[in-house]
Amino acid sequence: MGISIELEVNGASVSKEVEPRLLLAHLLREELGLTGTKIGCDTSQCGSCTILLDGQAVKSCTVLAVQADGSEVTTIEGLANGDYHPMQQAFWDNHGLQCGFCTPGMIISCVDLLNSNPQPSEDEIRHGLEGNLCRCTGYHNIVRAVQAAAETMNG
Amino acid sequence: MYPSKFDYHRPSSVQEAVQILADNPDAKVLAGGHSLIPVMKLRLAAPAALVDIGRIDALQGISRSNGSLRIGACVTYNEIANSADVQAAAPLLAEAAGQIGDRQVRYRGTIGGNLSHADPASDLPAAALALGATLHVAGSGGSRSVSASDFFVDLMMTALQADEILTEVEIPAAGAGTGSAYVKFEHPASGYALCGAAAVVTRDAGGSCTGASLCFNGVSATAVSAADAASSLVGSDLSDGAIDSALSGMSIPDATGDMFASAGYRQELARALGAQALRTARDRA
Repeated sequence: MGISIELEVNGASVSKEVEPRLLLAHLLREELGLTGTKIGCDTSQCGSCTILLDGQAVKSCTVLAVQADGSEVTTIEGLANGDYHPMQQAFWDNHGLQCGFCTPGMIISCVDLLNSNPQPSEDEIRHGLEGNLCRCTGYHNIVRAVQAAAETMNG
Repeated sequence: MYPSKFDYHRPSSVQEAVQILADNPDAKVLAGGHSLIPVMKLRLAAPAALVDIGRIDALQGISRSNGSLRIGACVTYNEIANSADVQAAAPLLAEAAGQIGDRQVRYRGTIGGNLSHADPASDLPAAALALGATLHVAGSGGSRSVSASDFFVDLMMTALQADEILTEVEIPAAGAGTGSAYVKFEHPASGYALCGAAAVVTRDAGGSCTGASLCFNGVSATAVSAADAASSLVGSDLSDGAIDSALSGMSIPDATGDMFASAGYRQELARALGAQALRTARDRA
């Protein structure tokens, strides 16, 4: 049984008929070709599939595509607007990544974090990112990137 | 990982939702989906149909009236943790909700889903018990109210019938002289509570304890109230010594031992975290 859904992905309208069991992560990657969003653990732990759903960071491997009907979705592909988003630039400048697999979800979570708390302390950044796992960097440079982006975005 | 196939229903009213449940015995209720979708992806659950209640307006919203706080079943952890009304009338619930999972999970997970799922290691059941919450339930045969103490029946089993959904959680607003605290020791990988302690105490003007409750998550198959230990504090000055003495003989019935922690270790955690929660609640009262 196909269900018709309409949503806005990175500013573009999308209409699809989907199986109810299709996960939002699979809709983005396999139906829309937006492979910036990664699927890591597939068990709602690692956060590499994080996207913005109506402005809130959620794990798209744990949302059904039908639940996103009528919503606005922003993936890593939708962040840059000509230039890199300040958070992307800050990750670049501060070497906030090594292998890069967690990075799209990490950056989306960091954007969400600063949206709700524009000037977080280091402790708030570390706690705010507990839903995103990075197995390379040990988080230090990610925290520095968030601090740098906060400075840029507040400046 | 894909869930098994299922039919999808998205009712727009509670009445419609419970009718679909009554007509489809193998259906499950979908709210935030952050407990249900993971178990469906692992094929530990394969319901024939999902009833998505996430867009029913009557299940949204937080309000205060006549001395009680009412929270719709589909209100998220994030909304609860950040609500000025919850922070004022039931700060224990806001504190517990803010400790669940991570940011992403808190945007999606709901109080109704949490209590209905009744995971013993989740954070809200003990808070609901300690606050004396009343759970309002709707079914195809009508509505009823269940106290939190009657709601949690066994491991992931509640008083809900197959055609019923939890619609609203009602909590008596905290009065003057009341303090509360939720503290937990979580498994470092999953974040679930090996033990979580929820304490509420009330003191009179002289500092003497006039009421206390102490409840635990994670220790046994359901959230559990340590009623004897709590009632032995009434009339005391809630000093550290009084708290230690009230907890010294406490034993949670049927404590769970598993690959993460033995039953004895969980009993020790309950005594330690119970004392910590009571002391913090006292200092906030």
